[in-house]
Amino acid sequence: MRKNLDVISAYTIMLALIILVGFLQSWSMALSILCLCLISAVMTMGANIQWGYAGLINFGIMGYTALGGLAAVLVSVPPVREAWQVGGFSMILSAFLIAFMVFGIRFIIKKYKKSPKANYGIAAVIIVGLILLRLISGPAIESIEAVNPATTGFLGGMGLPILFSWIVGAFFAGGLAYVIGKIALGLRADYLAIATLLISEIVIAVIKHEDWLSRGVKNVIGLKRPVPYEIDLQKKEWFINLVEKFNQGTLNLITNAAEKQQLLNQLVIESSTVFVKLCFAGLFTFVVIVLLIVTQKALYSPWGRMMRAIRDNEEAANAMGKNVVKQHLLIFVLGSAIVGIAGAMLVTYDGLFTPGSYRPMRYTFLIWVMVIVGGSGNNFGAILGGFAVWFLWIEAAPIALFLINFFTSGLEETNALRVHLINSIPYFRFLMMGVGLLLIMRYRPRGILPEKIKHI
Amino acid sequence: MDFINAIVLLLNYLFVPALSYGSQLALGAIFVSLIYGILRFAYFTAGDLMSFGTMFTILFTWYFQSLGINLGFLPTALLAIPFGIIVTVLYVLIKDKLVFSYYRTKKSPPVMLAMVSIGTMFVTQAIVRIIIGPSDRRFFDGEKFILKANEFKEITGLNEGLTVKSTQVITLLVTIIVVSILFWFLNKTKTGKSMRAYSDNEDLALLSGIDPKKVVMITWVIAAILATIGGALYGLDKSFKPFTYFNNMLPIFAAAIVGGIGNPFGAFLGGYVIAFSEILITYAYRKFFVYILPESLEPDGLLQLLSTDYKFAVSFSILVIVLLFRPSGIFKGKIL
Repeated sequence: MRKNLDVISAYTIMLALIILVGFLQSWSMALSILCLCLISAVMTMGANIQWGYAGLINFGIMGYTALGGLAAVLVSVPPVREAWQVGGFSMILSAFLIAFMVFGIRFIIKKYKKSPKANYGIAAVIIVGLILLRLISGPAIESIEAVNPATTGFLGGMGLPILFSWIVGAFFAGGLAYVIGKIALGLRADYLAIATLLISEIVIAVIKHEDWLSRGVKNVIGLKRPVPYEIDLQKKEWFINLVEKFNQGTLNLITNAAEKQQLLNQLVIESSTVFVKLCFAGLFTFVVIVLLIVTQKALYSPWGRMMRAIRDNEEAANAMGKNVVKQHLLIFVLGSAIVGIAGAMLVTYDGLFTPGSYRPMRYTFLIWVMVIVGGSGNNFGAILGGFAVWFLWIEAAPIALFLINFFTSGLEETNALRVHLINSIPYFRFLMMGVGLLLIMRYRPRGILPEKIKHI
Repeated sequence: MDFINAIVLLLNYLFVPALSYGSQLALGAIFVSLIYGILRFAYFTAGDLMSFGTMFTILFTWYFQSLGINLGFLPTALLAIPFGIIVTVLYVLIKDKLVFSYYRTKKSPPVMLAMVSIGTMFVTQAIVRIIIGPSDRRFFDGEKFILKANEFKEITGLNEGLTVKSTQVITLLVTIIVVSILFWFLNKTKTGKSMRAYSDNEDLALLSGIDPKKVVMITWVIAAILATIGGALYGLDKSFKPFTYFNNMLPIFAAAIVGGIGNPFGAFLGGYVIAFSEILITYAYRKFFVYILPESLEPDGLLQLLSTDYKFAVSFSILVIVLLFRPSGIFKGKIL
C-alpha cells in the first residue's frame, strides 16, 4: 500500500479533477473528457510498450490510429452491392496482383542475393506491376466512385457489429507495423523516429485520396454504435422510470403536474446523453483494464525482463543469445496493434471517420507528450499521462482565459493587447503542452510516475 | 517548332517551379543537417523555426510599409529579412541557453534532445500563432512577374508561354549567394573548419583546443539565418501559413536524409532531389507528348504517374527507398 501511494494519490487527483468538471461545467462534458482520456490511455499504452519496454521510438502513431479507424469503417458499414458489381472483381484482381508483386520481389531477393541483377529485377517487377495495376484498377475505381457519390461511392464494408473492428484494427495496425519494422527497425533511434513519421504520412495520404476504399475526404458518417442511441433511449419506459427514480427529490418539490412532466422530459433528454457516454466509458474502461492486466503481466514476466535487458544494453543482451532484431520487431508490432485498437475505439466513439482530421500534432506528438509526462516504462504512468495531458488539452482554454483575465485585469476591456490575447486563446494549449513537456523533461525526466523495477 | 514548344512547356510547369521549391527546401535541409552533424540530434522545431523567422520578417515588412519605405520593384520583405534574422538568432540563442545547453552538458542521448526539440516545437508554434494567428498571409509587394506568358509568346512566336515570377528568380539568386557564402565559410575559414572538425570527431576537436561553446553558438546562428531566409522566400513565393510551415518539416527532413544527414552539401542537393521528384512524378505529361509525338500516336490519358494528391507521399517514398538501399544517404553522410 505504502509503495503505491503515489499511484493512488495521482489517480485520485485525476478523477477528482474530472468530477470537478462535472460539477462546474456539465456531466456530459466530464464524461466525454473521460472517454477520450481512456482512448488516449490506450494509445499511450501502445507507445509505452515500444518506448518504455524496448526503447523504440515510433512517431507513426497517427498512421496506426488512422488504420484502426479505417478498420471500423470496413467492418461496420454495410457493403455497397452496386459498387461491388461494377468494380469488385477488378479490385480483387488488383489485390492479387499486389500480393503477386510482393512475392515476386521476395523471390528475386532470395534467388539473386546482393547482385545488381536483383535490383534490376525488382525495378522491372515494380514498374510492370504498377502499369498493370493502373490498367486493371483505373476503370474499376472510376466506376466505383461514380456509384451514388453523394452517399456511397466506395466499396463499403462487411456490415458486422462495430466492436469487431477493435480487433480488426489491431490486426491492420500490426500488419503495417510488421512492414515498417522490416524496413526501418535497423535504423538509429532518431532516424527511426523520422522514418516512421514520414511513413505514417504516406498512410494518411493513401487513406485520404483512395476514395473507393474509405471515401477519402468526403468522410464516412453515421457509423453504427455498440451502445443505444439517445433518441431510442428517450422513448424507453425503463429509462424514463430510472430517471424519475434518480431525481425523485427534485421532482417531488414541484406540485403542478404539467410542469413536473416538462421537467421530467428535460431530465430524460439530458440523462440520455450522459447514459450513452457512461456506456462508452464502461466499454473503454474494460479495454483499458484488460490491456493493463496483460501489459503488467508481460512487464514482470521473463519476457519483460528480457525486453528491459535489450533496452538497457543491446549488445550484452545479444551476447547472451537473445535475438534482438526479432524481439524488436515483435514489440513494434504489439505496440502498434494496441494503438490500432485505440484508433478503432476513437472512430466508434465519434461515429464518423474523417481522414482529413489525422494530423501529426494531435495523433503523434501529443501522444508522445503523454508518454513522457506520465512516465515511460510504467503502465500506470502512461495511463495517467494520457489522462492528465488530455485533460489539460481540453481545459487549456478556460485556464488560459482565466490567466489572461487575471494578468490583464489592470487594462481596459477594449485594450488591443487584451483583445488580441483573448482571441488567440485556442493556441495557448500548445504553449502549455510545450512548457509542460520541457519542465517535466528537465526536472522529472522519468515522468510523474517513474518506472519501478524490482531488483531481486 | 513542336519540339521547342514541348521544352518550354516542361520549363514552365516543371523546371522553374521545382527549382525554386527545391531551393527553399535546400535551405531548410542544410540547417537541419548542420544541427544533426554538430549538435547530434534531429531538430523537430525546423519547420516552426522557419515560420518564426518568417513571422518577424512579415511584421517588419508591415512596419516598413506603414512608414512608406519600399524597394521599388523588389519586395519590401527583402529589406525586412535581416531584421527578422536578428530576432530569430536571439530567440534561438535564448532557447539554447534555457533549454538545450542543460542536456548538452549532461551528455544526454540524442533521443532525449530530439524529444526536447518537440517541446520547443510546441512552444514556437504557440508563439507564432498567438502573435500572428493561424491564417494565410501574403506579404509580397513589388513587381510580380519578370516574364509573362503572353509577352513570351509574342517575343518568340511559340504556342507555349513561359512565366517567370520575380519571387522565383529572387529565391534562386538568394539561395546561390547564401549557400556559396556558407560553403566558403565552412571550407575556408578557421571557424568553419573547426565546426567540421567538431562534427567529425568531437573528442579530437576538443583535444585540439576547439571551443565547443563557440561552435555550438555559430551553428545556431547559421540555423537561424538559413531558417529565416528559407522561410521568408517560401512565404514570398507561395504564402505564409503556420500549418504549412510545420508540414514542410517533413520534406525538409526527407531532403536532409536523402542527401546524407550531417553533410550540408548533400542536404543542399537533397532539397532539389526531393523537389524535382515530387513534381516530375505528379506532373501530367499529356500535353508534352502531344507536342513531340506524331498525331497518330497521340495519347488519350493524362499520362500522370501519380495524382498530385500524393505529392508528399512521393518524397517520403524516395526517402524509404534511400534508407533501404543506401542508409547513409546519396552523398554519404554519417553512418547510422
